[in-house]
Amino acid sequence: MLREIRPAILILLLLTAITGLAYPLAMTAIAGAIFPKQAQGSLIEKDGKIIGSALIGQEFKGDKYFHGRPSATSAPDPADTTKTVSAPYNAANSGGSNLGPTSRAMADRIKEDVEKLKAENPSAPVPVDLVTTSASGLDPNISPEGALFQVPRVAKARNLPEARVRQLVTEHIQGRMAGLLGEISVNVLALNLALDEAAK
Amino acid sequence: MTLIGWFQILLYCAIVVALVKPLGWYMTRVFSGERTFMSPILRPVETALYRVGGVDEKREQHWLTYTVAMLLFHVGGFLIIYGLMRLQALLPLNPAEQSAVAPDLSFNTAISFLTNTNWQNYGGESTLSYLTQMVGLTHQNFLSAATGIALAVAMIRGFSRSSMRTIGNFWVDVVRCTLYVLLPICIVYTLFLVWQGMPQNLGAYVEATTLEGAKQTIAVGPVASQVAIKMLGTNGGGFFNANAAHPFENPTALSNFVQMISIFALGAALTNVFGRMVGNQRQGWAILAVMGVLFIAGVAVTYWAEANGTATLNALGLTGGNMEGKEVRFGIVASSLFAVITTAASCGAVNAMHDSFTALGGMIPLINMQLGEIIVGGVGAGLYGMLLFVVLAIFVAGLMVGRTPEYVGKKIEAREVKMAMLAILVLPLMYLGWTAVAVVLPSAVASMANAGPHGFSEVLYAFTSATGNNGSAFGGLTGNTFFYNLTLASSMFVGRFFMIVPAMALAGSLAAKKSIPPSAGTLPTTGGLFVGLVVGVILIIGGLTFFPALALGPIVEHLAMNANTLF
Repeated sequence: MLREIRPAILILLLLTAITGLAYPLAMTAIAGAIFPKQAQGSLIEKDGKIIGSALIGQEFKGDKYFHGRPSATSAPDPADTTKTVSAPYNAANSGGSNLGPTSRAMADRIKEDVEKLKAENPSAPVPVDLVTTSASGLDPNISPEGALFQVPRVAKARNLPEARVRQLVTEHIQGRMAGLLGEISVNVLALNLALDEAAK
Repeated sequence: MTLIGWFQILLYCAIVVALVKPLGWYMTRVFSGERTFMSPILRPVETALYRVGGVDEKREQHWLTYTVAMLLFHVGGFLIIYGLMRLQALLPLNPAEQSAVAPDLSFNTAISFLTNTNWQNYGGESTLSYLTQMVGLTHQNFLSAATGIALAVAMIRGFSRSSMRTIGNFWVDVVRCTLYVLLPICIVYTLFLVWQGMPQNLGAYVEATTLEGAKQTIAVGPVASQVAIKMLGTNGGGFFNANAAHPFENPTALSNFVQMISIFALGAALTNVFGRMVGNQRQGWAILAVMGVLFIAGVAVTYWAEANGTATLNALGLTGGNMEGKEVRFGIVASSLFAVITTAASCGAVNAMHDSFTALGGMIPLINMQLGEIIVGGVGAGLYGMLLFVVLAIFVAGLMVGRTPEYVGKKIEAREVKMAMLAILVLPLMYLGWTAVAVVLPSAVASMANAGPHGFSEVLYAFTSATGNNGSAFGGLTGNTFFYNLTLASSMFVGRFFMIVPAMALAGSLAAKKSIPPSAGTLPTTGGLFVGLVVGVILIIGGLTFFPALALGPIVEHLAMNANTLF
């Protein structure tokens, strides 16, 4: 048995060097060379400044922009670091609400959000993704129904014809991969960027 | 449920089954020590490792030596992770300036990665430096996966050999698994993931100014290289807190689909390795069929439950299923499928928050883990877990017809059945025992995020996941407390090693037996009767052990939900 001690130390260290250092560092170099944009996080620049990542949702509150899904992410409370405060779309601390199907807190939250949305647009049924928090809190997408639902508000706030805004949404609908995998969705940040362009 | 949803599920199953034979063929060659097309590049590295490590690759080990070598290997692995976490503030590659991790959390995480559990009491982007992620976690993802596969192969040798004292050489199995199987696949896989949008860099977190002018700090890092082995090795510990739900850890529907395939690929192929090594591939297919029956049943229930939504959503007229805690790009079907796969295998990565699943939708992941993660299972661990159940099923069948039971040419006798029972019973002892302790301790109850039966489910899920070395969670539970850090670590440790040691003892005792040719009275173990028998034994043993606990959690919650009760 004692003869197993030497490999236990040396094989471990060598495999650590290979899989823990050589492999990730080599992959960083190769990936950075072949796919530089993705490797850095698919960042979007506008006027020389980074405005976010194409893959990471961000918070939109104003009427002029399409809103993403509710986000349950949090951040340390500046007043007391042992506690956390709500910080939607905190891309340095991802996470979901973790509320279960019989949670009263969740039922109240959803009810309140549904009423707000109904007041905003009484003509369409409320899409479920606009009142449920995503798993990561950073969901970059909403459903096409979720985007179309917001068209009247956005069009009014921007003084654009509804048809024009609706057309922008339609242009930004991403289909299933190969017509089969995943779900049909709209990237909120891409749509809002296009909206800013159209308003110019 | 939609037609296109079921089509995705069927396509998934078809691809996994199609990969079984080629991967099984390749892995059999690797573990038989034969040349492969990788040998010209990898053989020199391999021999160099043996030379420095003082390993004689021709010298095989008795089961006890094999097990001791495995344990010694893990002592070192523990020290590396624990040390890195405690010292990360002083070490390089820490652009986010993470401070040292607390001792109890470091202990929990070290045990967690050692045992292939990868329970996340740590927060990923908010806790760990890049160096800890790479040298601590990425490396241990490889080694715990390689260990699992090595142990499964050793167990297979127990069945396939006749009158031998040895079951292989642990060092050779681990090195060959890492170099020939895991590393090459991960290199290609990493590049695919980066292409799909996964970051792979060592830069600082990105400061962005959003369209509305707010500040957003975006965590990045060497993500893809870790995710590749995290999925392939059924480890499941996330680079980010939200794991595979995070858009950087699972950017597209395609990356999601491939990640799901990679969870099952090696585990399913090991059934073929088993078939090839015992000389009849149909023996492997029979085991895969047992897994397949249980898997499809689980997928159907979870998909149905999630698509039906919750009473709260339905009362407000919200259609489209239970989207709380799910991502739009995956939707109901890919989230449900992922949840069943990740708990059937001992992966534990999540692309949706299981805590927010419906009561029945969340019960299936729980059952998958409580059955011992034998439905494909963790790489290696799933196969040796399933073989323990097979031994038991054969024993029960033998009792029924009054013959000494035999399986693939080996007589199953008292010692084998005792070892199999020991390994199977230790799991419920841990997850039921600790759950019982936790629900009477006020400080442990305070960790629950949800009230009512769902809170109980959170605790039961935590200990089940830890004991089964899964690592997924009902994430609302605040697990990063002294009590949970230590009790969960003990569950992970016992769940891994108290299963491995009896399994290896069984392998050793089988290898020492003579192989006997099948006779007219031998129960055929390749047909539907055998598949039905094993499924039955699994469900009866499983059902008897954990049904009462499920009744207190998800079942009562489902009834409460339908009665419109909120907590």
